[in-house]
Amino acid sequence: MARILTHLERLEAESIHIMREVVAESERPVMLYSVGKDSAVMLHLARKAFYPSPPPFPLLHVDTTWKFQEMYKMRDQMAKESGMELLVYQNQDAKDRGINPFDHGPLHTDMWKTQGLKMALDQFGFDAAFGGARRDEEKSRAKERIFSFRTATHGWDPKNQRPELWNLYNARKTKGESIRIFPISNWTELDIWQYIHLNNIPIVPLYFSAKRPTFEYQGQLFMADDIERLERVMGKRPEITERSIRFRTLGCFPLTGAVESDAKTLPEVIQEMLLTTTSERQGRVIDKDGGDASMEKKKQEGYF
Amino acid sequence: MSDADTIYKTDALIAEDIDAYLETHQHKSLLRFITCGSVDDGKSTLIGRLLYDSKMIFEDQLEALQADSKRVGTQGQEIDFALLVDGLAAEREQGITIDVAYRFFATEKRKFIVADCPGHEQYTRNMVTGASTADLAILLVDARKGIIVQTRRHAYLAHLIGVKNIVLAVNKMDLIGYDQDRYNAICEDFRAFVREAGIDENFTCIPISGLAGDNITSRSENTAWYHGATLMEYLETVELNNQQDQSKAFRMPVQWVNRPNLDFRGFSGLISTGSVKPGDAVRVLPSGKTSTVTRVVTLDGDLDEAVAGQSVTICFADEVDCSRGNVISVADNPPEVSDQFETTIVWMDDDPLHVGRSYWLKLGTQIVSATVQQPKYTVNVNTMEHLAAKTLELNAIGVAELATDKPIVFEPYTDSRALGGFILIDKITNRTVGAGMLHFSLRRAQNVHWQATDIGREEHANLKNQKPRVLWFTGLSGSGKSTIANEVEKRLNLMNRHTFLLDGDNVRHGLNKDLGFTEADRIENIRRVGEVAKLMTDAGLIVLTAFISPFRAERDMVRAMMPEGEFVEIFVDTPLEVAEERDVKGLYKKARSGALKNFTGIDSPYEAPFNPEIRVNTVEMTAADAAEHIIRLLMPLK
Repeated sequence: MARILTHLERLEAESIHIMREVVAESERPVMLYSVGKDSAVMLHLARKAFYPSPPPFPLLHVDTTWKFQEMYKMRDQMAKESGMELLVYQNQDAKDRGINPFDHGPLHTDMWKTQGLKMALDQFGFDAAFGGARRDEEKSRAKERIFSFRTATHGWDPKNQRPELWNLYNARKTKGESIRIFPISNWTELDIWQYIHLNNIPIVPLYFSAKRPTFEYQGQLFMADDIERLERVMGKRPEITERSIRFRTLGCFPLTGAVESDAKTLPEVIQEMLLTTTSERQGRVIDKDGGDASMEKKKQEGYF
Repeated sequence: MSDADTIYKTDALIAEDIDAYLETHQHKSLLRFITCGSVDDGKSTLIGRLLYDSKMIFEDQLEALQADSKRVGTQGQEIDFALLVDGLAAEREQGITIDVAYRFFATEKRKFIVADCPGHEQYTRNMVTGASTADLAILLVDARKGIIVQTRRHAYLAHLIGVKNIVLAVNKMDLIGYDQDRYNAICEDFRAFVREAGIDENFTCIPISGLAGDNITSRSENTAWYHGATLMEYLETVELNNQQDQSKAFRMPVQWVNRPNLDFRGFSGLISTGSVKPGDAVRVLPSGKTSTVTRVVTLDGDLDEAVAGQSVTICFADEVDCSRGNVISVADNPPEVSDQFETTIVWMDDDPLHVGRSYWLKLGTQIVSATVQQPKYTVNVNTMEHLAAKTLELNAIGVAELATDKPIVFEPYTDSRALGGFILIDKITNRTVGAGMLHFSLRRAQNVHWQATDIGREEHANLKNQKPRVLWFTGLSGSGKSTIANEVEKRLNLMNRHTFLLDGDNVRHGLNKDLGFTEADRIENIRRVGEVAKLMTDAGLIVLTAFISPFRAERDMVRAMMPEGEFVEIFVDTPLEVAEERDVKGLYKKARSGALKNFTGIDSPYEAPFNPEIRVNTVEMTAADAAEHIIRLLMPLK
């Protein structure tokens, strides 16, 4: 008589449960929306959690101004479709100082994303922020809790995190403190893709292969999303070649390596992911600066 | 690379027919398990092996693994699987405590979430955390060592948290030459322990080698004498908690009331047990109000039926009050409601349990204030012995009574993890300090009903021609409480009133002789006196009490027990210098010299009443004057 729930049904129910707990127990929640596939799933889950109400919190995009054009398009479209308020935050300081991924290396991520996120949360007074991080992404994430507590200065104290038993989350905090919540902690990359496939969730077309203008830089393949701007920042016009490429993960276009691919449909993308057998974050430069423990370090500084 | 080439092959179906592959993998179920054992038992190697054999390792990770294995591995030129799961930067470099790390892998039949608890310290806390969501526990045993203290501890903890399936994985079989007799002896040893300890869960023995891969995914020729399932086969087929939960009665803790507009009102939650469909008669707890389910709403459309493990929104036929913290249940078989429980508590904080202190308790979606009594005993997790204890320290497991400030909806933990498991939260630091399991409700609440009697408090009082009252004298030691109370009682007696004087010192010789002077004991002292005073007012008496009763909260607690107007707080107001100067019993001198601890006014606070019904100043009044003053204010007595 028992109906065996599939792993995706169980994961979905867990994520929805987490989101409802946060809404019930925090004062001013927000969902961090980065437009990638994990954000797409998280947004879909939020719509499910509160249907027929729209999700009772806004979306916040901490923008670096260096995202792919197609991401900005998708972002605005999804906000409209979900009926949620979209807040876009750009760190004015980073803007004024012209911080970019070519001249400033790790500082680019720090100023636009890490500092930008802190400033945005402070400015809007959010006390709970949903993020789309998963435990399978990277070794140091495996031990991350679903509710991650931050001090008033957004510091993450690894020694002072709360044990999480059953599905009981302790969301109590004193004024000024905030929580980052990871509702899709227990999803793997394959789960995410399967769920997108099953639920027809719209994702940025960059995940699918197409002929795109590319250039090589430090041994990796990048897309020339805004050639004029690239030329300004790099000091010379990079050599552009048309290639069939797609992206396994999306970030700032000069920081996100492309892969050559013919996968034009979702099943083909999943197929390629399963066959190519290189891990997802390999295309991202961010994990590599600072050696082995870099993600760990970023998190303590306030990065998601 | 030769070793990796032979094992590391992706599913052929992926390349041939991706749609068929996706179809297969969409119907997987989910099993959560915990692995118990130390690095020495080969735990990390086993987990690494499971990830590897289920093809959850990417090429770049594999290359890094091979390089690392040669550099820092313990297996010579071979792959050291342990490196896949060990070596978190934080653990390595900062020496911090990590309670649980979660790993993921999947086969065609199931997705698995592994809770891996590193380290020995904090082990109880970590294992309890990991096991709280687990369907199954793998206890790893080194075949050379057999069942050791640690194995028994793991089995006990798994049993305590209600993990129904235990796998005894006898590891490193390769190191004992796949010796069947040795294996059988280990299993028999464990069977004897389980029987003796009263652990009635299913357990299964499997001979394995994490390093060599024996009986992990395929049956090993080295153990031809073993006819049971491989570890992976067992993990893929064992019954899930969720299947059992579905066969129980329907319960859903309400998380959130969904009210987008005036036409829609739904109750959102995760179904903890049972199933629900439109037309079902349901009951809202604790109110007990009933209604009928009209819709089970989701974004994908209304459901004909929803089962345990699904997050849904339910609509009712009637406008029944229902909000966060309530539980929706099947109408004819609702869960219990109570405010006193026997519990087992696992302490998780460096700051030990403060008996009598008020903590937040979260159970399901209910959050209430709760106090814990002194533990009846704690359990030595290595020997299963019961030990006497005054409190619970970090990692201690104790059985204790717990009271909540208002009734909560619950089920015994063995019936429902969702309605029987709770956490305790410190009200100041907000830390999760304890986790517990409710066993049953205690007297007073559900199981002891009030016996209706024909002669009630009114009849008792009428016969005595008086209005029952509690005259609660509070003030510092030496303020004159007992003296004045005695004067008041003498006057009432002359007026033919029925009285009784409960004196602090006298009560401590009998009823409360088991209590000391710690904060917790003082709280309990006052609670008992309050209960006795209440019984006496029920008998129609005018009760006089003379207790320091230093804490406002406890005096207010007694006030709350009495009918409106029957509690008369009399503040015997004497400055500390005056009381200390009098020092009738020589106690202040002792306290000042340090010979007496926790003495009110010296090293323990006195909280003066904000609005006492009567205040007497003993510097300006004699005891007789004060008594006259009190009597005047009490009139009329009926």
